[in-house]
Amino acid sequence: MIQERNDSYAVVVEGLTKTFGPFTAVDDMHFKVRKGEIFGFLGPNGAGKSTTIRMLCGLLAPTTGGAMVGGYDVGKDPDSVKAIIGYMSQRFSLYDDLTVEQNIRFYGGIYGLPGSRLEERKSWAIEMAGLKGKAGSLTRTLSGGWKQRLALGCAILHEPPIVFLDEPTGGVDPVSRRNFWDLIYALSSAGTTVFVTTHYLDEAEHCNTIGLIYSGRLIAFGSPTELKHKLDQYKILEVVCGNPVDAMDALQTQPWVVETSIFGSAFHVSTTGLQDPEESIRSELTRQGIPVDRIEGIPPSLEDVFIHLIAEEDKQ
Amino acid sequence: MIHLNIGPIIRKEFRQIRRDRRALGILIFLPAFMLVMVGYALNFDVKHLAVAVYDEDKSSTSRDFVAGMVQSEYFDLRYAVKSKQEIDPLLENGDATVAFVIPNDFSRLLLSGKEARVQVLIDGSNSNTASIAQGYVALAVQDYSNKILVQWLEKRGKHLELPITIEPKLWYNPDLKSAKYLIPGLFGLILMIVTVISTSLSIVREKEQGTMEQLKTSPLWSNEIILGKTIPYLLISIIAATIIMIFGWLLFDVSIKGSIPLLYGAIILFLIGGLGQGMLISNIAQTQQVAFIMSVFSSLLPSFLLSGFVFPISSMPWVLQAISNVIPAKFFLVVVRSIILKGVGLPAFWEQFIYLFLFALITIGISTIRLQRELSR
Ligand SMILES: Nc1ncnc2c1ncn2[C@@H]1O[C@H](COP(=O)(O)OP(=O)(O)O)[C@@H](O)[C@H]1O
Ligand SMILES: [Mg+2]
Repeated sequence: MIQERNDSYAVVVEGLTKTFGPFTAVDDMHFKVRKGEIFGFLGPNGAGKSTTIRMLCGLLAPTTGGAMVGGYDVGKDPDSVKAIIGYMSQRFSLYDDLTVEQNIRFYGGIYGLPGSRLEERKSWAIEMAGLKGKAGSLTRTLSGGWKQRLALGCAILHEPPIVFLDEPTGGVDPVSRRNFWDLIYALSSAGTTVFVTTHYLDEAEHCNTIGLIYSGRLIAFGSPTELKHKLDQYKILEVVCGNPVDAMDALQTQPWVVETSIFGSAFHVSTTGLQDPEESIRSELTRQGIPVDRIEGIPPSLEDVFIHLIAEEDKQ
Repeated sequence: MIHLNIGPIIRKEFRQIRRDRRALGILIFLPAFMLVMVGYALNFDVKHLAVAVYDEDKSSTSRDFVAGMVQSEYFDLRYAVKSKQEIDPLLENGDATVAFVIPNDFSRLLLSGKEARVQVLIDGSNSNTASIAQGYVALAVQDYSNKILVQWLEKRGKHLELPITIEPKLWYNPDLKSAKYLIPGLFGLILMIVTVISTSLSIVREKEQGTMEQLKTSPLWSNEIILGKTIPYLLISIIAATIIMIFGWLLFDVSIKGSIPLLYGAIILFLIGGLGQGMLISNIAQTQQVAFIMSVFSSLLPSFLLSGFVFPISSMPWVLQAISNVIPAKFFLVVVRSIILKGVGLPAFWEQFIYLFLFALITIGISTIRLQRELSR
């Protein structure tokens, strides 16, 4: 099915599709992930991220299409794929009623690590998760951030070359998220390919490559910088005023406004075909009787890019 | 030689069982509780009934009659009263269950070869006890009349050996529902509970927690996962069975008359069927609650109600009789009762044995295929 065996790619996805009855959760997806990079799979809830990752890990059979992971066909040879990947599912996959050490031993055991290597990796995982002195604690008693790092440690005890992390930072505090991303960087710089899904845009900025998935379709692919260049044809401005909702409504009727979106107390407007969009916005809002506090041209953020791409997708 | 990597799952399973109060309860306390409950509360033998006697005759014959009555373990002579009026309060207060009133012409009539009458009063507030007591009295009276008859004939130079000796327990407890009979049957229930419930719960729990996904992406074979998750419960059930046998022997004097290896063979065969049933349930159920309910309905209730453990199958409506033919506990009961109580060998119950084998083969077969499919995807 997939003839290509390109050595520089860890994951090659071709025409991957999954349907559940009449519903298409993953729709004809094509992309490649380079070895050693951090690939961010980004999309809102229900976009199809987990379904894709589960197919890539050999947990779910594709309806049509296929993928190569580490050179093995996930459809035909899932056992070989399982030997070279680490997977951390969306829920922390630890046994709450076992201690930290017992969890590590169990996962080391099922990955077939021999005794001496298991001891070595156990110390490594405890150290990495910041759980020194807590090896005997019940996993149930750990906070979310710790559990998460321990789950990552357990998923990569066997040092797989490719790691799939499904929303690893869901529901934990910002400091823990930060720490977790440090671990991801460390893995990547040691040569591991990290395939991570998230719905946090700030996390996407940390990735080498991003795939944006929406309603089961891959609607954008590239590095964060490349994606931002997609908005080069538009000028984006941040507007601060007393009445942002009315202001956005007013601007939306203008032909030169592509879209508006709220950002905290301000909002962003992307415009097209104007020399001086700042002046046009100011005069339009003044005409509507809305006082403007501040207008300033800004470089597009990933969020602007995604809002733009999703709005375009919805129009179709 | 294929190396199976099942140690980590088995060790983990035992660790979890040790920490899980509910699992411990199901595995250990439920069997113990049922043993005691069945042994004592369902013990249908009625013994040591309090007896009051008003002997108006006061002859050696009447004393002989009373002594004959109370020498058995069924009656204890508590009150020898001096008037008929004293009897009613004793029965009403429950101090006595049975009262005999022996009229003053008792010995005269008997010795002259005529019919003598004894008035028997039984406390009817517990109809079960009352009817059993009535049975005992009838038997004891019969016994006594026989004795008189034999004496009477011997006096006239004739010898008569009574062809039948009557065992009251058999007569008035025709289903043999005594602790001795029920304890071997307890195997069916306890093993079903332990295997079906705990197997299905332990697998569904991994699904619920999301750890099953982790096992599925590990290099473990699906068969290694299945073996690792079932062997601990097989071992525990065998231990539970052994504990029941030891307690049955210590508390209720039930000893194994037949072959112990054959008994364990039957137990293991039956357990494998239960494991298969638990695995099938775990295929279908997505939550532990659902798995628990399905396990109870599909194993505990049928093996209690339809296996002949409590209610005789022959007195069930035909629909239930038909259903009882697919309840493995029914066949298991025949096998264990044959081995433990009768001490007979395989020729007496090979058909039941084959059924147990088929049941195990079918449930394990279907559930393994289904789990393999689920696990390898
Ligand atoms: N087993 C399933 N059966 C039916 N629908 C499913 C199944 N798994 C996922 N879906 C649906 O597929 C869509 C994508 O789900 P998922 O991949 O979990 O999204 P994400 O991980 O991006 O939040 C959702 O609408 C979800 O309801
Ligand atoms: Mg998801």
